[in-house]
Amino acid sequence: MARKKRELQEINAGSMADIAFLLLVFFLVTTTMDTSWGLARKLPPPLLENQPDPPPIKDRNVFVVLANANDQLLVEGELLEIGELRAAAKDFIANPQRKENLPEFRTEDIPLLGMTQVSKQVISLQNDNGTSYDLYIQVQNELAAAYTELRNELASREFGMSYLKIEEMAKSQQGGEKFKAMMDAIRDVYPQRISEAEPKDIGG
Amino acid sequence: MSKFKKDDSKGTPAVSTASLPDIVFMLLFFFMVTTVMREVDLKIKLDQPEATEIDKLEDKALVDYIYIGEPFNTDLYGTVPKIQLDDDFATVEDIQDYIIARRSERPEAVQGKITVSLKVDQDTKMGVVTDVKQELRKVQALKINYSTRERLD
Repeated sequence: MARKKRELQEINAGSMADIAFLLLVFFLVTTTMDTSWGLARKLPPPLLENQPDPPPIKDRNVFVVLANANDQLLVEGELLEIGELRAAAKDFIANPQRKENLPEFRTEDIPLLGMTQVSKQVISLQNDNGTSYDLYIQVQNELAAAYTELRNELASREFGMSYLKIEEMAKSQQGGEKFKAMMDAIRDVYPQRISEAEPKDIGG
Repeated sequence: MSKFKKDDSKGTPAVSTASLPDIVFMLLFFFMVTTVMREVDLKIKLDQPEATEIDKLEDKALVDYIYIGEPFNTDLYGTVPKIQLDDDFATVEDIQDYIIARRSERPEAVQGKITVSLKVDQDTKMGVVTDVKQELRKVQALKINYSTRERLD
């Protein structure tokens, strides 16, 4: 190739910034910081046919939450507002005064905590087909919050740090086992038992 | 702004913009990497409820989504909440097949770890949600997540 040797002209890179900006704006606009947060729950396995009935639970051990089609809550026979549910649930689960009509306790040997009184509480949640999803989530949230607050109180009493902190530390690589054991101990004292009734139309 | 004239009279030289493309590229790569293209075109109104006691969905590859809400196009589809799977409307009967199909796409070792994320509009009535949950139970898809927004108080 006999070509006249020429000084190779440099490509003007001045517009590169413009191109990059264009792409940048495109990605900025299309980005959806997808907030995949939510309430994690486990559904009960399907009912088998002619499955024997579970052993009956004493009434005093069950905290009944009913939600009707008008988004009203009936908690243990009383009409409550959603804001009052958390305190009521906490009172039920912990039963601090060991009342006769609130759950029974049995003594269990829990690692790290020794012999501890564990309440036999169960929360039963039943909603109508006409209940709004919003209320349902609020109820689930308040009940979960009741458990979290009780666990926090126990954790700061026993281990001097909040339960959420322990939960976070248990996920870390170093020394995670120690915190995991603490987390399990607290969960053993306040196990989250929210049972949802088989659906039926209770009307409203 | 076609030319930057050097002002010889003053001593301060113009700030070099030569590294501007680099900075912009850096930002560009950041957004390219973090971008998640929306998996589906939503055909329903989705205004999620708010909650505080929430967990993060860890592994996005192991999550299936079920959308429930009032259709956008109410003239065509009415205002009754509908279920959306992937890009199409579906009925309650389709859920079992959908979950089984999605499950068989994953390697067997992780099939038990699949979470179903329920993205439900807050004005939906529980009837349809309960039906969906019953279907999920029938196919042993028991790990679910009620998708919510974070409430900031």
